[in-house]
Amino acid sequence: MQFLRNIFDNIRPNFEKGGKLEKYYKGFEALETFAFTPGHVTHNGTHVRDAIDLKRTMFLVVIALVPSLLFGMWNTGHQHFLALGEMTGLADGLMDKFLFGALKVLPIVIVSYGVGLGIEFLFAIMKNHSVNEGYLVSGLLIPLVLPSEIPLWMVAVATAFAVLIGKEVFGGTGMNILNPALTARAFLFFAYPTKMSGNTVWISTAGESTVDGYTGETLLSQAYNADKGADFGGIAYDAAGNHFGSIADTMWASFWGWIPGSIGETSVFAILLGAALLIATGIGSWRIMLSFLVGGLVMSGIFNAFAVNSFMAVHPLQQILMGSFMFGMVFMATDPVSASQTEMGKWIYGFLAGFLGIMIRVFNPAYPEGIMMAILFMNVMAPLIDHYVIQANVKRRLKRVPVTA
Amino acid sequence: MSTEVKDAPVKEAKIKEPSEPLFSKKNKKLITDPLNDSNPITVQVLGICSALAITVQVKQAIVMSLSVLAVLIGGNLIISLIRNIIPSRIRIIVQLVVVAALVILVDQVLKAYVYDVSKALSVFVGLIITNCIIMGRLEAFALANKPWPSILDAIGNGLGYGWILVAVAVVRELFGSGSLLGFKLLPEGFYNFGYMNNNLMILPPMALITVGVIIWIQRTKNTALIEEH
Repeated sequence: MQFLRNIFDNIRPNFEKGGKLEKYYKGFEALETFAFTPGHVTHNGTHVRDAIDLKRTMFLVVIALVPSLLFGMWNTGHQHFLALGEMTGLADGLMDKFLFGALKVLPIVIVSYGVGLGIEFLFAIMKNHSVNEGYLVSGLLIPLVLPSEIPLWMVAVATAFAVLIGKEVFGGTGMNILNPALTARAFLFFAYPTKMSGNTVWISTAGESTVDGYTGETLLSQAYNADKGADFGGIAYDAAGNHFGSIADTMWASFWGWIPGSIGETSVFAILLGAALLIATGIGSWRIMLSFLVGGLVMSGIFNAFAVNSFMAVHPLQQILMGSFMFGMVFMATDPVSASQTEMGKWIYGFLAGFLGIMIRVFNPAYPEGIMMAILFMNVMAPLIDHYVIQANVKRRLKRVPVTA
Repeated sequence: MSTEVKDAPVKEAKIKEPSEPLFSKKNKKLITDPLNDSNPITVQVLGICSALAITVQVKQAIVMSLSVLAVLIGGNLIISLIRNIIPSRIRIIVQLVVVAALVILVDQVLKAYVYDVSKALSVFVGLIITNCIIMGRLEAFALANKPWPSILDAIGNGLGYGWILVAVAVVRELFGSGSLLGFKLLPEGFYNFGYMNNNLMILPPMALITVGVIIWIQRTKNTALIEEH
């Protein structure tokens, strides 16, 4: 550590007032505070300071994302070998699968961080404000919500779009209306639909021929296609086209996550590990998560009760295990910037996001993942919810004010 | 889109002003101002609907700009000529009649000479009637000014509207379809290398974002436009 400290102390004079790289001080500061606790102290008056600042907050979320990331790497490899009909057992070739997946996933992560942080640094220097750490989380969320076969340049374009139009235009971290990671995904979804949905994008076949019966569909698209005559009934196929056997088996597979899908969204188990950390540290709002879950269950319960097609008939529990419901609930909807701020607002916001998510998913076949749309929509609505919650509170308290004529 | 009703037209001053040259400084400003400082789209934020709807291709944008330019010049000229005999209570109706007549003319000309573009523009030619820029200029300028400055004002605003439209359309067509004016611009090699046209560019939201980016660039260059908060 002393070694790092020395480096920073040695180059510091270059960046301070009068130094030749003075312009880039904010960039230097970002790197330094990333490595060490900042040496700033409060100058006037007494303030109570919490040890947790934006940087630590963001880093805890990154740690919460690690299980999903690691599982996503393994699953990318697993789906690949499953499609080729090699090492089909879950325990077979653990390292091979992991390495294959890592080689697929890491470049996406690197591109996402490189482009996003590059733009953040540029704006920090241009506008002379400190580099915000918000991107540490978005930069990891973006790869996790993309299919592993996404071309890298698309990741770069989407990241640039999300950071510029989704965030910097509104004034940077903390001012954005929409969740930047979902903005990136929505951008890709509408800009390059053939790379974001369908049967060929989820599983990397690396150009090799696949086994018979290979479909490469996600559970969601199987559920859709069931409407067109194929049999679903809650039972899905894995990448290699093998029947999961029973509804319980299908749900079991989607709980653990060895199914095709976006990199980080498949494993509910890994997501729940992250959720536990977020809730324990108080960073993710449990109110949003709980109400989101309830909203999704209520909507799919309603669908289940009035089912007219096989997708509506899917069991509520299976409905919330499929697709990105859980991932959206834990990591996207709880984004402290774009979610509702008031406690009551969080209940409403979460409930409606889950409710609408399932509704869009079931009703609109053009949007295979309604959760993204629902959360973005609720992001836009969050300030409105807050406004009415606050006004209601004001009204309630005004009633208690004695009227003096 | 509704039109902003500005103050009632000022009665013409009776004092005989010395005649000014055709392209005096004041008259030139009538043309140059709307191109930048008081651009109808990026500063006054008028006529946004059509800017979003018909900027998918450059050709449509050019035809649309020319149509609006023609209607604007005709409307401004006619209203300016009859400005002293229009009863001010029914002036909006009179303006609408003039504009509607001109729009129908333009529509017929387009149908006769550039039928395919006319088809593509569909209702948006007819909707020029409701374009805020036109009603805005008639209300705010032609009703209170002589014919010649009114024509210049119409040209300025028409061009100001047009260049934004074409700029947005260039961005959208280039990235959305890889072409300009219908000619494939990006070489086939690009696509073989994995490049794909951006589908979002063809959808209306991207037009709004492109206009937003143009406003952003304009305001960084022209800091006088930035509002105080």
